Amino acid sequence: MTTPAFIQVDGLEKTFPAPMGQEPVTVFQNLDFEIEKGEFVCLIGHSGCGKSTILNILAGLDAATDGYVFMENRQVTGPGLDRGVVFQGHALMPWLTVRENVAFAVKSRFKRHSKDEVNAQVEKYVDMVGLTPAIDKKPHQLSGGMRQRVGIARAFAIEPKMLLMDEPFGALDALTRGVIQDELLAICQATNQTVFMITHDVDEAILLADKILLMTNGPFAEVAECAYNPLTKPRSRQEMHHDEHYYPFRNHLMDFLVNGPSTPYADKLEGNEPPPVEAPADRPRRVVNG
Amino acid sequence: MSQSLRLRGGIVSILILLVFLGAWWGATLPTQVDLGDMDPEYAAMMGLDTVKESDIPTPGDIGSAIWTHLSDPFYVAGSNDMGIGIQLAHSLWRVLAGFALAALVAVPLGFLIGMSPLMHKALDPYIQILKPISPLAWMPLALYIIQDASISSIFVIFICSIWPMMVNTAYGVASVRDDWLAVAKTLEVGPIKKAFKVILPAAAPTILTGMRISMGIAWLVIVAAEMLVGGTGIGYFIWNEWNNLDLANVIFAILLIGVVGMILDMIFGLLGKAVSYKEV
Repeated sequence: MTTPAFIQVDGLEKTFPAPMGQEPVTVFQNLDFEIEKGEFVCLIGHSGCGKSTILNILAGLDAATDGYVFMENRQVTGPGLDRGVVFQGHALMPWLTVRENVAFAVKSRFKRHSKDEVNAQVEKYVDMVGLTPAIDKKPHQLSGGMRQRVGIARAFAIEPKMLLMDEPFGALDALTRGVIQDELLAICQATNQTVFMITHDVDEAILLADKILLMTNGPFAEVAECAYNPLTKPRSRQEMHHDEHYYPFRNHLMDFLVNGPSTPYADKLEGNEPPPVEAPADRPRRVVNG
Repeated sequence: MSQSLRLRGGIVSILILLVFLGAWWGATLPTQVDLGDMDPEYAAMMGLDTVKESDIPTPGDIGSAIWTHLSDPFYVAGSNDMGIGIQLAHSLWRVLAGFALAALVAVPLGFLIGMSPLMHKALDPYIQILKPISPLAWMPLALYIIQDASISSIFVIFICSIWPMMVNTAYGVASVRDDWLAVAKTLEVGPIKKAFKVILPAAAPTILTGMRISMGIAWLVIVAAEMLVGGTGIGYFIWNEWNNLDLANVIFAILLIGVVGMILDMIFGLLGKAVSYKEV
């Protein structure tokens, strides 16, 4: 018997109760997947397949209609400090400064910390996302990218066993998004953080994820494929499109999103040879240097 | 730019004041009485004069009334003759006592209504019925039950300031963003800490707005309440001076009520500013 995975999701299903005189809606069902410790997992799918709901169930903010989530062999039944959440809309408290926002999380996690210890922890993680110069500013004085960085610092600062990110860069412009992706990549590689992230950006998934879960459209959405990223680590935004696996893998993901499930990528790779490089399905993203 | 706008606004304000004072002064000038062909000596004998003072106080009368009252605001020369400062203190004490009691009840109750949809549904009919009642309508009941004029007016202030605070607190608490509550949940923040560290600061601007409205209403109501129950206070002072037919004092008191009301409003404006935040 193999040791169970760090996170084990078994037969997860979410059904929303019926509005008057209508059928109840099952958004997704029969969800099974695993996350290993230190793994970066991305979930890709169209809007409406219940991606955010899955993340909320993992976070303990929402309850599944059926199925279970186990973390280190213990069932997840509610929210907890062992999981850090980066919210789609940063969710910073606007009446607190950056320092106070992160300190709020640190104090909740490390209740016995002295003031100095809290401050040191706060400064360490604010520095990690490069926001030390803005540490005493309020969220409204920051740009969208900086706010999301604070959200990331706050989630990391409680040193969670798993980080949950719900389209954290969805609201950012492409340039800012690229920069923060690089930062996140570097931080995750340095800390060996386990991450579960929702995205609908294929390139983001290829850059960040070790494993990509592909979801079909809702209702009755399912995880159709669990694709391991064939691009070797360390990946970088500047170099990854030169990797021989890049275009086939990217095309596979794009085809999935556009045409629905087909042969899993692993089966296409019979004999460990990357499939012939087809013409890119669409123009590759321009790589911004610096 | 805004500096010059403020300056120009101030200049226009002063001009308006001068025009108003000028018109007032002109309207209250002594009038020439046409005695016809009456013999001036006969007219003088009859107590008639060719010059008649205005019945309405002139700006000068008001000025001297202001000076008289403000130069000695805290004298007590008997139960019907006290300095304006003493009268004002009585009114302010009643307003603050009634307001503070109302806040003690309204804010926790507003929290409850805002957090619990059940309590919202259950209490809403009572609030809707009680809210539109003129606070003075409570006065006879209060006087009968409490049997103390001063405490009755405090009760009237209490009952009139409770509603805007309660309704606003409930609204502010109910509209705290789910995001922030989710943050608190994922950080396993306890209910007390959540109430004070997340919900209260999030709802504080709305609560302060409710308090500001309440204070405005309380200051309106205290004047009427004191006219009704008498004894002390700025409202009683106005009514007393009306009975004395001293219109200069009445006008002085009207001005004073306006100034104090403005200061109270400004205090709550500043408090509101202190707890406000820019949402992003």
